[in-house]
Amino acid sequence: MHKYYKIDGKDFSIAGEASSDFKTVLKKLGTPAEIVRKVAIAMYEAEINTVIHGGGGECDAAIEKDKIVITFRDQGPGIADISLAMQEGYSTANDKIRELGFGAGMGLPNIQKYADDMSIETEVGKGTTVVLSINL
Amino acid sequence: MKISELAETLQLELLTEPDYDDREITGCYIGDLLSWVMGRAKPQDVWITVMSNVNIVAVASLADAACVVVSEDVPIEDAVLQKANMQDVVILRSPLPSYELGLRVHEAAGI
Ligand SMILES: Nc1ncnc2c1ncn2[C@@H]1O[C@H](COP(=O)(O)OP(=O)(O)O)[C@@H](O)[C@H]1O
Ligand SMILES: [Mg+2]
Repeated sequence: MHKYYKIDGKDFSIAGEASSDFKTVLKKLGTPAEIVRKVAIAMYEAEINTVIHGGGGECDAAIEKDKIVITFRDQGPGIADISLAMQEGYSTANDKIRELGFGAGMGLPNIQKYADDMSIETEVGKGTTVVLSINL
Repeated sequence: MKISELAETLQLELLTEPDYDDREITGCYIGDLLSWVMGRAKPQDVWITVMSNVNIVAVASLADAACVVVSEDVPIEDAVLQKANMQDVVILRSPLPSYELGLRVHEAAGI
């Protein structure tokens, strides 16, 4: 099973739609609730980052035999210092984004907490790819 | 305690459709920063917030909150409520500040 989503980088009001859709897919397949929740939280944070930091991009969500693997790709500014970005509370989000309740600097830590595995590939000026997986 | 009982006891205003899934409430989380709520709220929590933009719907749904209670009578746009109805997210509202609401939830539901 495989789903592909385009992630709009301009419309913040639809941010989270890929995560919501994929959650529905998992529920329909009878995936255990705790796993659905882990996927939903980790995927949402990665999706929001693609929107607010990456300027939009794309997402691949695959259900494999023993795990769910979700990849977000963008061609945004990239991350200069990944270990800094991973710290709780670190955020470069601007005031407009913060007013919407984003930019708490807890997104990457949340992915770390809820996904069983995560990896970030990034190059400044080129873009960022975040892969997260949750064991079934 | 069920959502409907909490709504009645605390005189909460139901903003979304009345034929909602009357879930059991087992906890309460107060917060306005979406990633904190996402990472720290537990399934079946009442989520109390002053945030009212459309992103609260996705957060409540994905974090599996029982319902959202918007405090301080913060205004909410129709588009937000429409989306909430589509995603089966229950949104209630109260004139009380978040702290007071939390206290009332504790008194009413023992959580
Ligand atoms: N896809 C991305 N592209 C560019 N920068 C990113 C991306 N994802 C995360 N970052 C950087 O890492 C920081 C921390 O991310 P995160 O923990 O999700 O917090 P927040 O999104 O609240 O800022 C962001 O503020 C941003 O600087
Ligand atoms: Mg983030």
